[in-house]
Amino acid sequence: MKVIELHRTVTESNDRDAAVLRNELKEKGVFFVNLMSAAGSGKTTLLSRTIADLKDEFRIAVLEADIEAEVDARKIEELGARSIQVHTDGMCHMDAGMTRQGLEEMGLEEIDLAFLENIGNLICPAEFATGASKNVMILSVPEGDDKPLKYPLMFQTSDVLLITKMDTIGYFNFDIDRCIERVRYLNPKIEIFPVSAKTGEGMEKWEDWLRKEIKAWKE
Amino acid sequence: MHELSIVTHVAKTLDEIAEENKLTKIGSVTLEIGEVSGIITDYFVDCWNYFKVKHPLLKEAELKLETIDAITFCEDCKQEYKTIEYGRICPYCHSEHTYLLQGNECNIKEIEAENE
Repeated sequence: MKVIELHRTVTESNDRDAAVLRNELKEKGVFFVNLMSAAGSGKTTLLSRTIADLKDEFRIAVLEADIEAEVDARKIEELGARSIQVHTDGMCHMDAGMTRQGLEEMGLEEIDLAFLENIGNLICPAEFATGASKNVMILSVPEGDDKPLKYPLMFQTSDVLLITKMDTIGYFNFDIDRCIERVRYLNPKIEIFPVSAKTGEGMEKWEDWLRKEIKAWKE
Repeated sequence: MHELSIVTHVAKTLDEIAEENKLTKIGSVTLEIGEVSGIITDYFVDCWNYFKVKHPLLKEAELKLETIDAITFCEDCKQEYKTIEYGRICPYCHSEHTYLLQGNECNIKEIEAENE
């Protein structure tokens, strides 16, 4: 037996697969957003509002990843977006291979904007690249302003932070300035949009960001 | 389960290495696991043993785990401290401006193998 020194990270092969998928999506002109958050942060509600607001401008698709159940995909289809539900069979995150399978099954012809609604969890999805054009995370007000201290990697790998359920801020002890300061310390380049999908507060800025990025992606 | 999917990613990388180097058998795999990588080593070993018998290349491979200590650096007082013991707040000056120097790794360090 001989010893072969490797010194590779375990995520290296996944990172490679993700880069290949990202390039293919770029060629097809599909802007692909990996949406990550804890369970119950309002991913589906935020997506529903975003789809309703943008469906006349863009052709939208959603890959719903879930450990089981099919509730979310049906909700999304009722809004007129293409959707598929991927069951991860107990796995806590999507990797690039699973994402590719899901997208191929759903079909990306005539799609401008695709979302991956990742598994509700702030740990594992941050470690596995999916091939997305941009990573977007959600932190909802009721979860608390200390989450950047507990889950730094998620905040570091995200391009955008949506602080959701802003309509409830009066009921919780959530210091938004302190939260933003903590997040910027971890990731100075992150874009932060406080929003409420219920009242519509702040949604325009988030949607303008999507418009701008989709345009740049297709150039 | 996080641990099982990491095992499958390790196996995938080793398959690629085996093809590049024409390896027929892997005798051992050494992984470096950081103390705060989030990997539970007992689960990881169970997942490895479950998976390896289904994977011809790894069937006889022994798993060796090495731990990397978690160390955090404080940007305000420039001191280093043990992450597990004190968390994210610096025990010397109580600052939040700290970052992990090491300890979240999950690396394939080396393998022992036979080739054709």
